[in-house]
Amino acid sequence: MITPAVIGLLVFFVYPLLASLWYSFTSYNLMSPPQWIGLRNYTYLFTQDPKVGKAALNTLWFVVFMVPIRIVSALAVAGLLVRVRRARGSWRSVFYLPALVPPVASVVAFVFLFNPGTGPVNRVLHLFGVDGPLWFNDPALAKPSLVLLSVWVMGDIMIIFLASLLDVPRELYEASSLDGANGAQQVVHVTLPHLVPVLLFAGVTGVIAALQYFTEAAVASGVASGKATIGAGASAAIGYPDDSLLTYAQWIYVRGFGNFQFGYASALAMVLFVVASVLVVFMMRRVGAYTPSEAS
Amino acid sequence: MTATVIEATAQPSPLRPEARAPRRTRSLGVWVAEHVALVTLAVLFVAPVVFVVLTSLMPAEQTLTATIWPTSWQWSNYLEVFRTVPLARWFGNSALYAFGATACMLVSSVPAAYVLAKIRFRGASLLFGAIVVAMLLPPQVTVIPVYVLWSKVHLTGSLLPLILPNLFGDAFSIFLLRQFFLTIPREYTDAARVDGCGEWRTLLRIVVPMARPGIAAAALFSFFRAWNDYFGPLLYTSENQAAWPVSYGLATFRGVHGTDWSITMAMTVLVTVPVILLFLFAQRVFVEGITLTGVKG
Repeated sequence: MITPAVIGLLVFFVYPLLASLWYSFTSYNLMSPPQWIGLRNYTYLFTQDPKVGKAALNTLWFVVFMVPIRIVSALAVAGLLVRVRRARGSWRSVFYLPALVPPVASVVAFVFLFNPGTGPVNRVLHLFGVDGPLWFNDPALAKPSLVLLSVWVMGDIMIIFLASLLDVPRELYEASSLDGANGAQQVVHVTLPHLVPVLLFAGVTGVIAALQYFTEAAVASGVASGKATIGAGASAAIGYPDDSLLTYAQWIYVRGFGNFQFGYASALAMVLFVVASVLVVFMMRRVGAYTPSEAS
Repeated sequence: MTATVIEATAQPSPLRPEARAPRRTRSLGVWVAEHVALVTLAVLFVAPVVFVVLTSLMPAEQTLTATIWPTSWQWSNYLEVFRTVPLARWFGNSALYAFGATACMLVSSVPAAYVLAKIRFRGASLLFGAIVVAMLLPPQVTVIPVYVLWSKVHLTGSLLPLILPNLFGDAFSIFLLRQFFLTIPREYTDAARVDGCGEWRTLLRIVVPMARPGIAAAALFSFFRAWNDYFGPLLYTSENQAAWPVSYGLATFRGVHGTDWSITMAMTVLVTVPVILLFLFAQRVFVEGITLTGVKG
């Protein structure tokens, strides 16, 4: 019964990991067989690759800013929603439904909304006498614009927070208010401790998602630059504007599938593997805490 | 993306109203402040949808002006999308990808999750650990050798490299289903075995009916992931426009077909609507499943 899944793990997970490791020591372009070149891919990666540093820093930027901002906004909205009495279903839907919009659609929509020429956002800002910035066309603001998008689609983690907030036993609030705790003290001593597991969960999955951040950045670059998106081969659009949206995952794609340097791209992938593994090991320890014990 | 997801769907859904919030007396000031904040945020969250839909109905020239309300309602923009690109075909590809991947996933992952949840065997924890790691690792780590494999069997240029692997289990789905199966009391499966049921029969007759909401959730996630996928189609189909799914076609739309925002927004709406409809429909299925089986995650 489980044989297909075991085969799947071997063919689509264990083998590719080992093959990636082997390719990373070779020069390989898919046309001719891989040729062993020792550590040359790695020395190039760490000393000469002109963009890998930029790509790694951009990815780190998303880890450091996007993940916490998303969590804090989701928590704030969940905190407001948990106190709503009337029309709860409708309120929740308003904040949840954007999470269902396909990522490509939400990115295209945001690039339109924020486009400097005719975008509604800058028009609304204009009404208030503010000259809107270039958003997705400004290297300094392209990443923050994507953070705004990530907040708009935060419904999935918001729902998890909301479920956890609804789960706090009411007796705890009653008991603590009998003991004289005020609202702020209740938040710190009752609500937050109850939320620690889901906050950790959201943090770690958020970091893992940020490490592989690809679609939103790639599509935003393609649409904002007005050029056809990265199809076969790397186009000038990737990382637009000015490499500010070039993430590490995209760099693997460019070197591998744009330049057909499968050996070098594998070396890039192995570095990502090491970084991600460290985080995964950390997460594995946590996952144990979420596994429900058998109800018997 | 772990058990918490199940709780979020299988418990009284947090999307649905229920009366459990702490009911305490609060001052009017706090009430007003909270509602001002909520209404402001709600306007900000709904505004993108309103602007996108209004723009999708504008005459093309109007998207370059400052008026936000359409001067005339151009429902034909939606037809124009179908005339500009082979959208019907792309929708078909998306449906094939999403339904195909989900069906393949269910056939392989439900039995695998059952084994991991209900049968004790040597190496079970090692196997489960491997599945969790496979689920968490970025796909870019393994993508190159997998691509080489598919190119050796000449299946690149189609969506098959994205559908077929699901026949061999999908790590995230196995994880999700296993968490759900664990909540079914062992007495049920034990009783079935005592009555002489084999493992397949126990799975199909006892576990699957009881776990319907969980299976529906896993299927829905799988469907959404395929429908929304961009990286996979980019890798395998970018050179063959006839094989593109809608999400990939949308990403290339504006670059290839000029800067006409009204048509682009019409296509954005078209790509989004099926997902929203499916969710609204499936929400009922979840709730029904929970009430019918009496099993709660």
